[in-house]
Amino acid sequence: MSGLLLEVRDLVKTFGAGETTTHVLRGLNLRLEKGELSALLGPSGSGKSTLLTILGTLMKPTSGRYEMLGADMIGADDAELTVFRNLHIGFVFQFHNLLPDFTALENVIFPTAVREGRETASARARGTEILVRMGLVDRVDFPVAKLSGGQKQRVAVARALMNRPELVLADEPTGNLDRASAIQVMDLIAEINRDEGTTFLISTHDDKIAATCRRQIVVGDGRLTG
Amino acid sequence: MLYALKIATRYLMASASQTALLVTGVAVGVFIFIFMSALIGGLAEFIMARTVGDMAHITIDAEPTDPPLLLPRAPGRILLVQQKTDQRSNVLPDAAAFIPTIEAIPGVLVTSQEITGSGFLIRGKLVQQVSVTGVEPGKVSAIVRIGSYIVEGRPDLAAGTVLLGKTLADNMKLAVGQTVRLQASTGIDAALTVAGIFKIGSGGQDRRQAYVSLATARTLFAMPQAISQIEIRLADLYAADATAARIEATTGLHATPWTEQAAQLLAALKAQAQTGLLLKSFALVTIVIGIASAMLLSTFRRRPEIGIMRAMGAKRSFVLLVFIAQGAIVGLLGGVSGAAIGYLVLSRFPGPGALQPGGLPIDVAQGAFGLAILLTTIGAILASILPARSAARVDPATAIGQ
Ligand SMILES: Nc1ncnc2c1ncn2[C@@H]1O[C@H](COP(=O)(O)OP(=O)(O)OP(=O)(O)O)[C@@H](O)[C@H]1O
Ligand SMILES: [Mg+2]
Repeated sequence: MSGLLLEVRDLVKTFGAGETTTHVLRGLNLRLEKGELSALLGPSGSGKSTLLTILGTLMKPTSGRYEMLGADMIGADDAELTVFRNLHIGFVFQFHNLLPDFTALENVIFPTAVREGRETASARARGTEILVRMGLVDRVDFPVAKLSGGQKQRVAVARALMNRPELVLADEPTGNLDRASAIQVMDLIAEINRDEGTTFLISTHDDKIAATCRRQIVVGDGRLTG
Repeated sequence: MLYALKIATRYLMASASQTALLVTGVAVGVFIFIFMSALIGGLAEFIMARTVGDMAHITIDAEPTDPPLLLPRAPGRILLVQQKTDQRSNVLPDAAAFIPTIEAIPGVLVTSQEITGSGFLIRGKLVQQVSVTGVEPGKVSAIVRIGSYIVEGRPDLAAGTVLLGKTLADNMKLAVGQTVRLQASTGIDAALTVAGIFKIGSGGQDRRQAYVSLATARTLFAMPQAISQIEIRLADLYAADATAARIEATTGLHATPWTEQAAQLLAALKAQAQTGLLLKSFALVTIVIGIASAMLLSTFRRRPEIGIMRAMGAKRSFVLLVFIAQGAIVGLLGGVSGAAIGYLVLSRFPGPGALQPGGLPIDVAQGAFGLAILLTTIGAILASILPARSAARVDPATAIGQ
């Protein structure tokens, strides 16, 4: 369960050009080991979301190197990255997280169904199992539009785990939740991390949430500062 | 494929009223398409039945003969302009011998040997000029469907009987069973019994046409052997040109297809068909634009979701399929329901054969229902390609950040 999961070196991300150029990341270096549970901290606008988006292969950096599971993430094309994401990376976002016209279970099994071309019985079984683990046993076939904020984020975590990815990236997953719901979500994440060895990188503004993680990574001035 | 279809149907059902509106719009377009097909087709059928229906498809008659030229033997050049004559002799001397040959030509349904001429109907002080046609007794309805126009008596031509147009009979105060004297242009006359009175309704036939048996006509016009013309009906009236050429080639007789006399009618029918085609294309274009704009709106609305799906590992082709499938489903539903409504509505029309005055000559059989559904579905798929491509190109990073 140990070993290097990913490494980025000299990561630079610049938005815009000319007068409006924003230098968000200025040569950031980061290594994540397998099985880590890390919080990503830093002031607003410091580049946390930008870093998570690049690590999630949804955006390319302006320059720098990025390797995950020994594979080069910079040179790969969109089709290769799509397959890679599906197998190895799970996401939890703050907003716009679930597909609103589908049930909790349909959302959870999406990553498997989209790969297999249909919703198989085994995918449904695994999806139900994770939802039960997330404490949503009575919400499996609920339309997600009717769930509470905390329930939605737990469905999102369940979906991120569906394909047993090595890495789950969560961008302020508790940002919209009250303290009790936030703690519930973080407890579940810690449990999965302990039991399955899944690596989590979770951005947050909340020091109490960050304190529940084993490692704290702080972004400032385009680099890691802590 | 199956999974993309599931997502597509779910998206359509999620905005059910919007989808229903879109499908209704498509159905209306399809209905217009089908209505135009049935109307233009029925109209052509109706016009053809009213004109060509009582017309010989091919007429064999004596060739027009230009008078011989007598040119003076003089030095220099002569510029000669000669107008083709319309004058033709009324007599085909030995055409009857060719009847078996002509009837053996494929596509020829029936031949009718006729003697035509003019004369006067005389009854006491009443006198009317008439066109006289002598036909074989068994072929009274072979060309003009006299049998279906009879309003009094029977369409039978025994020797010594005559069939008269309704107006003509009225003018002469004649009823079935009464006798009238027919004096031909040759000066020969005969006393004939009115066997039937017909009313065609169009043209001048009701006012001046008289039918007699071929035998009577031979006497009246002093033509013991010859006939005036052979009229022919074909199985396929559009084969008239080719068949006329074939008859000319095999018999050497002068055969004129109906198309030669009805060039204007054909041009009008063609123009009408083209107008119909134009209107049908407009209906299709409207469908395509409607679906394209609805799909474009849908892809904008669903940008964040598309971003999430892409983040979860949905390929571009999957997103493409989801949105094209939506268009295809809308096209198919609209096509089928438009065709169904079209069938229900158009079936209530009596059809061009049983048209009432002031009615539309709609032929439900020419509604092109399958074509309408097919073209609509293809059009819908084409219409969704552009929006679907823009959906597939959505950048997940910016879409999720929105
Ligand atoms: N697509 C973009 N185009 C231009 N500038 C951008 C873009 N995305 C992010 N930025 C800029 O990059 C900087 C970092 O943004 P980012 O969202 O990564 O910060 P953050 O640390 O996640 O902030 P917060 O804690 O508020 O979520 C900001 O100044 C932002 O305006
Ligand atoms: Mg952020």
